[in-house]
This record gives sequence, C-alpha cells and structure tokens, in this order.
Amino acid sequence: MGTYVEWDALGNILLWGLVVGAGLPALFALGVRIAEGPGARDANGRISTGRKILSGICFGIAALTVLGAVAYIAAGGH
Amino acid sequence: MVRVTEPLLLAVVVATALAFDFTNGFHDTGNAMATSIATRALKPKQAVLLSASLNLVGAFLSLTVAATIAKGIVDSDVVTLGVVLAGLTGGILWNLLTWLLGLPSSSSHALIGGVVGAVLAAAGTSGVLWDGLISKVLLPALIAPVVAILVASVGTRLVTRFTRDVKQDDNDRLFRWGQIGSASLVSLAHGTNDAQKSMGIILLALIAGGAVPADSGVPFWVILACALAMALGTYLGGWRVIRTLGKGLVELESRQGMAAETSSAAVILLSSHFGYSLSTTHVATGSILGSGVGMKGASVRWSVAGRMFLAWLITVPAAGIVGALAYGLGALVGGGVGSFVVFAALIACSAAIWMASRKDAVGHHNVNEDWKPKKDNESILAESVVDHDMKLMRVSKKGKRRKLGGK
Repeated sequence: MGTYVEWDALGNILLWGLVVGAGLPALFALGVRIAEGPGARDANGRISTGRKILSGICFGIAALTVLGAVAYIAAGGH
Repeated sequence: MVRVTEPLLLAVVVATALAFDFTNGFHDTGNAMATSIATRALKPKQAVLLSASLNLVGAFLSLTVAATIAKGIVDSDVVTLGVVLAGLTGGILWNLLTWLLGLPSSSSHALIGGVVGAVLAAAGTSGVLWDGLISKVLLPALIAPVVAILVASVGTRLVTRFTRDVKQDDNDRLFRWGQIGSASLVSLAHGTNDAQKSMGIILLALIAGGAVPADSGVPFWVILACALAMALGTYLGGWRVIRTLGKGLVELESRQGMAAETSSAAVILLSSHFGYSLSTTHVATGSILGSGVGMKGASVRWSVAGRMFLAWLITVPAAGIVGALAYGLGALVGGGVGSFVVFAALIACSAAIWMASRKDAVGHHNVNEDWKPKKDNESILAESVVDHDMKLMRVSKKGKRRKLGGK
C-alpha cells in the first residue's frame, strides 16, 4: 500500500486543509459573533466601534484569503 | 501517436470533446452551487449564472494546457484519435446517465474510464498502467471524501459553536456572503482546471491530425470554444445533481453551506498544490456530508451517500465498458465512417437519456422541493385507516395531496 498512496502529500493536504478549510470558517464565525453575538448591540441597537473593527479584521482576513486564492489560481498554481 | 489525415475524424473528435466539456460543466454545477441554492443564499437562476460566468473567466485565467490525456494511466503510444473518441463517448454517456439518476460523479474519472476501456479494446491489458490507475484514480476516489468530511465537519462544528447564540436571521444574513464567496472560488477553480482538460484533448487531436505543429500552443478558438461550452453547460445546470447535493444528503443552513464550500475550495486547491489531485466532485460531496456530521442534531442520509459512493467505484469500469464498446463499433465499421457511426450512436443514446429525464424533470422551479418519497394514493389511504383520521384523505382545494400522489 505504501507506494500506492502519497502519504506526504496527503498529510499536508489534511493539515493545511484543516488550518484553512476549517480555520477560515471559524474565523468568519468569530467575526459574526463579535458583530452580532449576545451583547454586541447597545440599548440603541448600535454596534460599538471596537466590535466593528474586530469583526472587520475577521471578515477582512477571510476576504483577503479568497483574493489570494484567486491570484494563486491565476498564477497557474492550480 | 499515430498520425491521422482524415479531417472528418478530426472534426468529429473536436465536436465530441466540446460535448464532453459541456457535460462536465453541466454535471459539476452542483459542486459549487448546490449549497447556495439549497440555503437560498442565491436564487437558483442567479447561482447558475454566477457559476457559469466564473467558469468562463476561470477557463481564461490560467493556460498551462498540456496535450496529454490520462497521462501515467494508459500507455500514451496507443492513444489514437479513435481511442480518444471512444473514451470521450464513454465519459459523456456516464456523465449523462449519472445525471439522469441525480448522482454526482467525477467527470474526469468518467473520461479516464472511457479512455481505459478504449485502450483495453485497442491494445489489450498491456496498454493500461494498472499501478497508475490504482494510485491516481481509484484510491483517491476513496480518500477524497474522507479528507473532505473531516475538514468540513471540524469547520462546521467550530462555526456552529461560535455562533450558537447569534440570532438565526443575523447568521443567515452574514454567512450568506461567506457562502457566495467560497462557492465562487470553487466555480473559478473548476473553470480553470476542467476546461483545460478539454483544451488539452482538442490540442492533442489537432496535433495528431496535423492541423497544428507538434509544439503549438492552444489556438485561441479552442480556448474560447471550451470556455463557452463549459459555461453553457454550467448555466443550464444539472438540476438533478444539484438537488441531490443540496437537499438529498443533509438539510443545509447557511452556516453549514459556508463551512462546506470553504472546505471544498481549500481541499481542492491544496490537493493540486501538493500534486495529489483529488476530484472536485468527491471533495465537494464529502464536504457537504461533513457539514452534516459536524452539525449537532442534523441527520445525514447515508443511504443516499452510499448510492453515490457505489457510483464512484463503478465510474471507471462502467465508462470503460462504454468506451470499449464505442471503440469496437468504430473499428468494426472502420475509418472516418466508423467515427461517424460512433458519433451518431452517441447522439442517439444522449437523446434517449434526455427523453427519459423528461418524465420527472427537475429544474430551477422545483430543485428545492422537500426530499421525501412521494406518497401514492394507496399509502395515504392506509395511513388514514391506521390513524383513524379521515382528514388525511381530504384533497385540498389546491390539490396538493393529489399532486404528491399523482406524479
């Protein structure tokens, strides 16, 4: 079996798959929680600036990763 | 590679390659868009339009096309135009048949299966590199869904944990964007990856036919034709497959859809980066299953998934049988006429499958209907007797009961 499966590549795919493929949604979810979670809005229904910035960073990283992936595809890495 | 001088054969092969490209887009729309359609992040028509546009763009994005087919899986010396034509025929018919059954299955595996079958018919068992077939095609078909299920279930678990006390409306509103973004990425990667395969086949045919020199790049009309064929296929949408992926496996909500598509995009791009290609279809299906596994309280219809895994296992042999038959037919008649006969048989079979699909057509109008077995009139009657409830038999004014039973 050893020669039939490229275990090195598979390990890398699994590791980075978990980091990016599971980590990125988690980061996005964190942004959602910061922006709209319990206690996010004050009595007037506004979201505090700090929360806006923090959630913006989470969404920003997610958006940048998508753009990075597009650049990667365009560069012929795919 | 045997040189071919028959321009008609060349034209038939190019047309068949474009047809395969079309079924590839048609069959794989669901990989990217099924979740967005099922969670209503996008309207069905919007989703297929977005996916088609991105497939079109993707086809132009990167051009590292190689004039190879099933490299490392069959002996390249025995790949003639006749073999390519028979292989494409096997791939197309398997794609259409699985579409008819609403089963997602890998278009590239179907093509490889068709070519392997044709090579077996043309050159016998020595033409196939069995180790390559096992390590590059059969085992990855088993591995890909496992990896994707793992990644997507972890992602879904984290996402639902972080957002468990966020209002559902807010979740849906925000995750909708994450879902559209990640699904778009899958579409783009598909356009780049899969359109290049068809371009490679056509380039190979053009070189073999002497229409372009051996060191030629891909002519622009080939790029344009492949991009358009795939985009058109994607736009027409394999609604039957979309329905199975979006409604058949797991009842999805936007958080799961986002986690599933991100997992798909990540695993697909990473697998090609590390040089261990996994099929988009297998990864996307695994991701959707994983988003059900990772969601507390969600149920996964493993019976539907089981049918799918079975289809993946028989993709190569089944497409291979069609490929071998097509090659046999072409060789029996012989020459350019033989290729026409194969082409005509392909059209006839495709038309028959399409006719069969009309019986219970699935389209953008009913792609999101509930996934449950239709009740026939007898079972409604039986239920009302068992439950002592005559109301069950009542036919509403809009005739909903009758509609459920009548189809």
